[in-house]
Amino acid sequence: MRASLSRHTANTVASVNFDQRAFDTMGEMTILFAAVLGCVVLLRQARDEHRDRPEPSEVAVPVRRYALVVLPVALVTGLYVIAHGQLSPGGGFQGGVVAATALHLLYLGADYAALERVRPVEAYEMGDAVSASAYLVLGLAGVLAGTAFLANTLLPYGTFNTLSSGGTVPLLNAAIGMEVACAVVVLLARFLDQAVEIAEESGE
Amino acid sequence: MHVLPYLVATYVLLVGCYGLATSRNLIHAVGCLAVCQSATYVLLLAVGYRDGGTAPVFSDVRPGSRPVVDPVVQALTLTDIVVGATVTALLLALTVQISKRHGTVDPDELRELRG
Repeated sequence: MRASLSRHTANTVASVNFDQRAFDTMGEMTILFAAVLGCVVLLRQARDEHRDRPEPSEVAVPVRRYALVVLPVALVTGLYVIAHGQLSPGGGFQGGVVAATALHLLYLGADYAALERVRPVEAYEMGDAVSASAYLVLGLAGVLAGTAFLANTLLPYGTFNTLSSGGTVPLLNAAIGMEVACAVVVLLARFLDQAVEIAEESGE
Repeated sequence: MHVLPYLVATYVLLVGCYGLATSRNLIHAVGCLAVCQSATYVLLLAVGYRDGGTAPVFSDVRPGSRPVVDPVVQALTLTDIVVGATVTALLLALTVQISKRHGTVDPDELRELRG
């Protein structure tokens, strides 16, 4: 706890996760990445299956209105939670899930086709990989700067209790947040594909 | 030291195990596994609790002014939740495949191998 205060990270839990035990968090991130990969492999389109165009469906007006009102609020909340991870409770993991769930309000409020328009799954798969490697690059930057892997000595610690405090903690938080958001989007996309689009060939 | 959180953790774990043992539906079993895992969250948070402690976040608490709970177990709990979510996702993906290939999600009907 003293270490986290000396590095100007107000949220000590974030400090434990992204500073003192950042290497463990990298392992955690790898688990998440591997799980997403496993789900993508398990839920791929098999040879005896085909894709159906999903039918546009009617949504009750209050549901649609509520979803469209809450969607931007939830999205901004998710980004806020990611950005303030080093100050207040929250961080990349929590904010990432909130932001990813916000996108799926579109599925509730409109229909599947609308969700697909704002959600190219390939882009999110790329985002998942890019942010996972961003975490690694941040760690390796420490090595190049002459200290240890993922050691928080690279950046100035900043003023206590401001947005830019905590050295590399906010950057790692952002990487994790993006990774988690993309991972959740990809996972839900695969499950929704199974439920909505992919159907077995009839007569086999 | 309070006993109640430990009792709650044990109770939740046992409830989850009972559900797992008597489950007749794989989706239900995955849910029970998640219940079992939530017992570990309660246990971890109970281990790190201090009397009168507040959250270990110093954005509005002056450092040293009052006791805070242990941040290390809170970070462990976060890891626990993430791992739990990934395990649930993988198991549900497996369940989808099982129901497609075998046409059932009852573990008792999955005895015989099918080529």
